[in-house]
Amino acid sequence: MTTTNMTMAKALNEGLRRAMEKNKKVLIMGEDVGKLGGVFRITDGLQKDFGEDRVIDAPLAESAIVGTAVGLAIRGYRTVCEIQFDGFVYPAFDQIVSQVAKLHKRSDGVYTMGLVIRIPFQGGIGAIEHHSESPEAYFAQTAGLRVVSCSNPSDAYWMIQQSIEHDDPIIFCEAKSRYWEKGEVDLDNPPQGLFDAAVRREGTDVTVIGYGSSVKTMLRAADTAVAEGTSLEIIDARSLAPLDLDTMARSLEKTGRLVVVQEAPHMASIGSEIVAELSERCFYSLRAPGLRVSGYHVPYPPSRIEEDYRPSVERILDAVDRVMGAES
Amino acid sequence: MIGEELVQLLTPEGERIANSEYESTLGIDEIFGLYRDMVIIRRLCNESTSLQRQGQLALWAPVQGQEAAQIGAGRALQPMDFTFPTYREHGIAWCRGVPPKDMLRLFRATSNGGWDPQKYRHSVPTVVLGNQALNAVGYAMGIQRDGAEEAVMAFFGDGASSQGDVLESFVWASSFNTPVVFFCQNNQWGISTPMSIQSKIPLYHRAHGFGFPGIRVDGNDVLAVYEVTKRALDSARVGGGPTLIEAYTYRLGAHTTSDDPTRYRIDAEVEVWKHRDPIERVKSLLVREYHVKSAKFDEVITEADAMALQLREDVLAMDRPDPITMFDHAYAAPHPLVEEGRREMIELGVSAASPS
Repeated sequence: MTTTNMTMAKALNEGLRRAMEKNKKVLIMGEDVGKLGGVFRITDGLQKDFGEDRVIDAPLAESAIVGTAVGLAIRGYRTVCEIQFDGFVYPAFDQIVSQVAKLHKRSDGVYTMGLVIRIPFQGGIGAIEHHSESPEAYFAQTAGLRVVSCSNPSDAYWMIQQSIEHDDPIIFCEAKSRYWEKGEVDLDNPPQGLFDAAVRREGTDVTVIGYGSSVKTMLRAADTAVAEGTSLEIIDARSLAPLDLDTMARSLEKTGRLVVVQEAPHMASIGSEIVAELSERCFYSLRAPGLRVSGYHVPYPPSRIEEDYRPSVERILDAVDRVMGAES
Repeated sequence: MIGEELVQLLTPEGERIANSEYESTLGIDEIFGLYRDMVIIRRLCNESTSLQRQGQLALWAPVQGQEAAQIGAGRALQPMDFTFPTYREHGIAWCRGVPPKDMLRLFRATSNGGWDPQKYRHSVPTVVLGNQALNAVGYAMGIQRDGAEEAVMAFFGDGASSQGDVLESFVWASSFNTPVVFFCQNNQWGISTPMSIQSKIPLYHRAHGFGFPGIRVDGNDVLAVYEVTKRALDSARVGGGPTLIEAYTYRLGAHTTSDDPTRYRIDAEVEVWKHRDPIERVKSLLVREYHVKSAKFDEVITEADAMALQLREDVLAMDRPDPITMFDHAYAAPHPLVEEGRREMIELGVSAASPS
């Protein structure tokens, strides 16, 4: 087993490199992905090594980045589209929902929409407006798409490769606030399947489920909770559509209490879906209603006050107290 | 706006006119073939309108008046080329070999596609205006990477010319010099929206602003459409880059069978365009120049009638699909929610024979 310590950004870069080496039909297309290596340097050095035909610096038009990737998919190419920031994906929404999600069906299975749309998402980097959003639920709601999210270097390295190899279109959400955090990556064996949730920390009292940037916050909450005598089981959902409900339900059958964490507002969110599904599956094991710790139902705030918007350790622990207290 | 900018090889009366840049390369058999194609498409269209009126189709998008634009473009294509249509490209589908009954599956509401797009190298219909222009350019980028001598045609109308996707596709095609021909059928009306509020300049002028050639052809002149399209495709296949062709034509019928054009346009305008009928002018040429006998034209009518009869039979035999098929091909790989839905439907005992 070869493990290497690297940042999540580097892991994505290495994963993309390996996918391009394995399959000559894999292309990268996005704004500033060539010489600059992307605004987050995820594609650093790839154009130099694979050429301008495979790492394509796109004109600045998101609908076209995705719309041309659709045509390339029909021709047998697998394009990894880079959307520069979450808040810039909306011009491509029409192509994603009307064509990417539906063409496999509309062609009776003849077209394979094997393409990946990478979106750096969530906040926490002190950015200006439109650079910190959580649009994942828009895509999760659309039949024909799959949505996954990586929260650490190992997942980043493997999930990007698994997404590229997958025959369905994948919305690949990268927790941008975790790009520069390091972790061990096993370069030989993937940790698990693309659509599997991961138990990051075992516990007995409350199941806490989240994804992306929230996972690290949840782990910190678990550390604090232990000191207060409460044991949290931390689950990284990883796949947001479909959800790995079996793994989640197994945990909830054990703990009987559920808290879901996300940066998106809770209205019609991934968290709402998790609570609804698990309430149905685990109703007789539940000892308290499942709670959601979410962003507030307001436009993402100026980043000087974003830490009062994003789920914090304190807000997670408050929800933990509520599900624990509901019993007494 | 029609004037000397318009490439025309036949007058509305079917007389040849000289053009400094284009001349017809087609002989009698090929011209008669174009005539036959146009008659068949018009017959297909009339039959489909009747089928809709009789409650057998959910909708129909007529193509009357635009037969020359579609047949001229469709016959200029080579087998290895690839085409991205809207929902009105029945003439193109015909030229690509799509069986008429498959064209009607969408309108019978038994399918959202209707044919194997790779088999006919003719993509499934795009209903959202302009999306397909970007898909076409992407396909053309694939051709470039494969080093193949092939071209793509993107079809859209004057209405879609205002869509961002069409304009973005112009940028992409120009910047990457892709082998794509944009074929805009300007039929003057986007449902009730007239050309005058879509563009203040002739549509084909837009291409120059994007850095590639634009050309306006008389869309009711099948010989001119054929030559203009052929040259654009020949150029695209060998690295000449994109061309925008504006086929200047007219939608003689309604936008769809749900539309009522008497609410927004005057009869006099329609009458003017009826005199520019694309089929009559070729027939005049065939009679005057090639002395084609009326019996030969009658044969085509008979053939078209037989096609229409067969089409009617095929459509009436096109049953409601088994509802369980809605779960097929929603995803390429197994998906738990799709399987959950499929199981539920099986448990409910839903079948093709039991409309709910």
